[in-house]
Amino acid sequence: MLIAIALIVLVVATVLFHFLSPWYFTPIASNWDTVDATVDVTFWVTGVVFVAVNLFLAYCIIRYRHRKGNKAHYEPENKKLEWWLTGITSVGIAAMLAPGLSVWAKFVTVPEDAAAVEVLGQQWAWSYRFPGKDGELGASHAHLISVDNPFGMDPNDPVGQDDVLVSNPQLHLPIDKPVKMLLRAKDVNHQFAVPQFRVKMDMVPGMVTHFWFTPTRTGEFDVLCEQLCGMAHFAMRGRVVVNTQEDFDKWLDAQPTFEQTLTATKGDPVAGQALFATCTACHGAKGEGNRELNAPKLSGQADWYLVRQLQSFKAGVRGSNDQDAPAKQMIPFASMLADDAAVRNVVAYIKTLPEVRPAASVVGDPVRGKELYETCSACHGDTAKGIWATNAPRLSNMSDWYMARQLQHFRDGIRGGHPQDFHGAQMRSMAKVLADDQDVADVLDYIRTL
Amino acid sequence: MAFVAIADRDHEHALHDPQSFIRKYIWSQDHKVIAVQYALVAISIGLVALTMSVLMRLQLGFPDTFNIIAPQEYYQYITMHGMIMVIYLLTALFLGGFGNYLIPLMLGARDMVFPYLNMLSFWFYLLAVLVLVAGFFVPGGPTGAGWTLYPPQAVLPGTPGATWGIICMLASLAIFIVAFTMGGLNYVTTVLQARCRGMTFMRMPLSVWGIFMASILGLLAFPALFVSAIMMALDSLIGTSFFMPAVASMGEKTVHTGGSPLLFQHLFWFFGHPEVYIVALPAFGIVSDLLSTHARRNIFGYRMMVWAILAIGCLSFVVWAHHMYVSGMNPYFGFFFATTTLIIAVPTAIKVYNWVLTIWRGDVHLTVPMLFAIGFIFTFINGGLTGLFLGNVTVDVPLSGTYFVVAHFHMVMGVSPILVVFGAIYHWYPKITGRMFDEALGKFHFWMTFLGAYAIFLPMHYMGILGVPRRYYGYSDAIQFIPPSVHEANEWISISAMIVAATQLVFLYNLIHSYFKGPVADPNPWRATTLEWQTPQTPPKHGNWGKDLPEVHRWAYDYSVPGAPEDFIPQNVPHSDKTPVGREHGVPT
Repeated sequence: MLIAIALIVLVVATVLFHFLSPWYFTPIASNWDTVDATVDVTFWVTGVVFVAVNLFLAYCIIRYRHRKGNKAHYEPENKKLEWWLTGITSVGIAAMLAPGLSVWAKFVTVPEDAAAVEVLGQQWAWSYRFPGKDGELGASHAHLISVDNPFGMDPNDPVGQDDVLVSNPQLHLPIDKPVKMLLRAKDVNHQFAVPQFRVKMDMVPGMVTHFWFTPTRTGEFDVLCEQLCGMAHFAMRGRVVVNTQEDFDKWLDAQPTFEQTLTATKGDPVAGQALFATCTACHGAKGEGNRELNAPKLSGQADWYLVRQLQSFKAGVRGSNDQDAPAKQMIPFASMLADDAAVRNVVAYIKTLPEVRPAASVVGDPVRGKELYETCSACHGDTAKGIWATNAPRLSNMSDWYMARQLQHFRDGIRGGHPQDFHGAQMRSMAKVLADDQDVADVLDYIRTL
Repeated sequence: MAFVAIADRDHEHALHDPQSFIRKYIWSQDHKVIAVQYALVAISIGLVALTMSVLMRLQLGFPDTFNIIAPQEYYQYITMHGMIMVIYLLTALFLGGFGNYLIPLMLGARDMVFPYLNMLSFWFYLLAVLVLVAGFFVPGGPTGAGWTLYPPQAVLPGTPGATWGIICMLASLAIFIVAFTMGGLNYVTTVLQARCRGMTFMRMPLSVWGIFMASILGLLAFPALFVSAIMMALDSLIGTSFFMPAVASMGEKTVHTGGSPLLFQHLFWFFGHPEVYIVALPAFGIVSDLLSTHARRNIFGYRMMVWAILAIGCLSFVVWAHHMYVSGMNPYFGFFFATTTLIIAVPTAIKVYNWVLTIWRGDVHLTVPMLFAIGFIFTFINGGLTGLFLGNVTVDVPLSGTYFVVAHFHMVMGVSPILVVFGAIYHWYPKITGRMFDEALGKFHFWMTFLGAYAIFLPMHYMGILGVPRRYYGYSDAIQFIPPSVHEANEWISISAMIVAATQLVFLYNLIHSYFKGPVADPNPWRATTLEWQTPQTPPKHGNWGKDLPEVHRWAYDYSVPGAPEDFIPQNVPHSDKTPVGREHGVPT
């Protein structure tokens, strides 16, 4: 008896939950409202079956529960009833399948005027490529990928020279223009998913997959990876900004072409030396760092990382939080570097500085630290030398007091909170692994042993 | 020499009862002992997987409070939890456990046809479990590639256990498949060859039909997993490129070139989808018998039920790529696989109707096994219907990769089969042990598990519709579309999960305590018709049947036959005035 009541309560509760819970599809931002309609049809058909069969089950339990003198009805089969049920079920199935397949027919038919955009996935970041003026994407190959050619572009392919490269997890798209997303992965499977667009597809290394949609409203949308891609899968975040055509064109024009990235200066250490004079006041003549002045050691750090940080300071992406005084302090100094060439020059000079061993200032338990470091090693490497491909800077032989503060800042949301600081946001997710200052000290003491 | 059925040659074989303790309980060739061995190992490793799910729920529900698992551990636990539950618990328990126990007893055979192979099957299974567990102790720990083990990530840095851990997993799977093949051949051959006199195919209990078909599916599907395990191991160990394309892993070139990650997915799901039914069909069969027995009514539409099992079994081999709608395979495949997948819903729905119609006009005894069987119908309806979402390619696209999928497969092949497992254990416990379990504790176990599981998984469907992705260690506040209510719900889900997990300790206590202290059971406490309840001793002795094999005179469902004074007539009872001929099937009303 109780079970019958429980079934009725569960059916009612489920229906109420469906209508009252705050969770349903996010407001749609693409042309795929037919997908939502198919889901609605499916909800209606399955909902009716769910309610009807379960309530009938509850009825049967109540009506035919064992009482003295009851006897079950002996009836091995009832052909007519069984065929009726089969028939009705088939109709219900067809009612769901037909709209499903007709929407799918649209999904597999990419409109001819769809603009091509390439999404490149990697552990654990996104980047994008537009075909440029010629409308064609140039050749690329995984084996051509390097720190200077992160897209793996074929430098000899004339078609690729004008391709526009977006080395940033934020993609802009124009509203109301169908777009064919060409998906490529560098290392492992990923998936490009934006819940508001409804459609998505895996990215598989060794092949180019695709799907298409038309953005229908402007705004910012989170890009999620929805195919398990390793340790930091959950922190692989990107963003699609849907703009008006005008804003989109402005943005696209500001992005470099492949040709431009090839001809960008590698940085001149001689020119950089003069610029570095300003830095020495805090960071020291050899970039060895100075704890009293909150200046971390620079020598030995990866050049791509220093370039990005200087650019972030200049753009206010780092140092935007009032609680981070030393980072705020860095903004005017970074802004003294007039352009990207100046940034590259000064970093080129830092690269020539001799390696020194920074003084130890954080003491912890390196044995525990080793365990904790397992998480960190996925990006920063087993020896903490840093890995350009995962956007992870070098940790070994760098200022431990500085890293301790950054880890605390990441954990407390002081660093990595700026909407444009994707890598910082990623580090915020990861830094939570180090719950308290003891964990931070332990892991840093272990890194010192590397 | 002309073929003579095994049942007709029974007198030719002496039984050779084992004498020593070791031959009786350790190196045993008795199917009943092997069944219990299988079940105990499966339940033990299942408890490990259950514990891991609690740790994962602590992380998901209270990410800032309990800092006990790091991301790599989270991914290792989802992998091991999934693989253990699907393969090492459910497959092993249904086929190695229930298959072993029930096939010979229900068919009136003395044992499996290959007892020695049967024993080897168990020991290989145990070895597979040990190799799996060894993964926890190798450098880097067990693999964290997800239970689907997709390459390239399963063997590349960035994934936990990508060197040693994955090899342990692949080796363990290969050994498991060897164990399963020995067992599966045995089950199939026994059903085909060792039925007693009168036990025609269309008189077999549905439990045997389900297990029989599942074993056939396993024999056809597991080889696909076996070869993919070997191919992936070769990719990892000696640098072949079956599944490995040219990649830049951590910015570095690898030795691989030209392999296809999608090939693995096809092989995996060619195994993986039938695997769903390898677990489901035994559950379907067993639950049919539980419902019929405890509703005192024949299973409704027996022949339709048998055909549905066969149809589902065959169709299960042509639906695999519905797991791959957004994998990047040619999207045109979507038309074919969506159609086959939705067609498979028809025979499945028929089974559900017939279960409900078995209760309809029955004489329903709400015993502990019956409660679990009814609970199964509810959760299976739920999980089956959400399968219609995910099987329909267009609807799957927004939902794939979200918590909707997690909710669906836990409902349909986690909660539902495990409710049958519990119901079946309670149902056959008196036969297996000769003791009765504690009914009050059994009911407590049912209510907490049934309601708790629904509280866990119902909200997940809607989180998935919202778009909350699965396989995430944490959800940063930077994901805009996820409202705070989701984080709150995660707390409640975690609390429910811990309550359900703790409830399983009550179940274990009941099993162990009743084994020693429970009242001595009646040989046929449920007044059931099938042969296992008609053994001369309870628990059945070696050889099961004493001097003479039973002979069957009727189908397995002669409950409440008109004109009979009792509301059940066992299969081995000849026709007489007090035990009239039932109509079996096919006889018009």
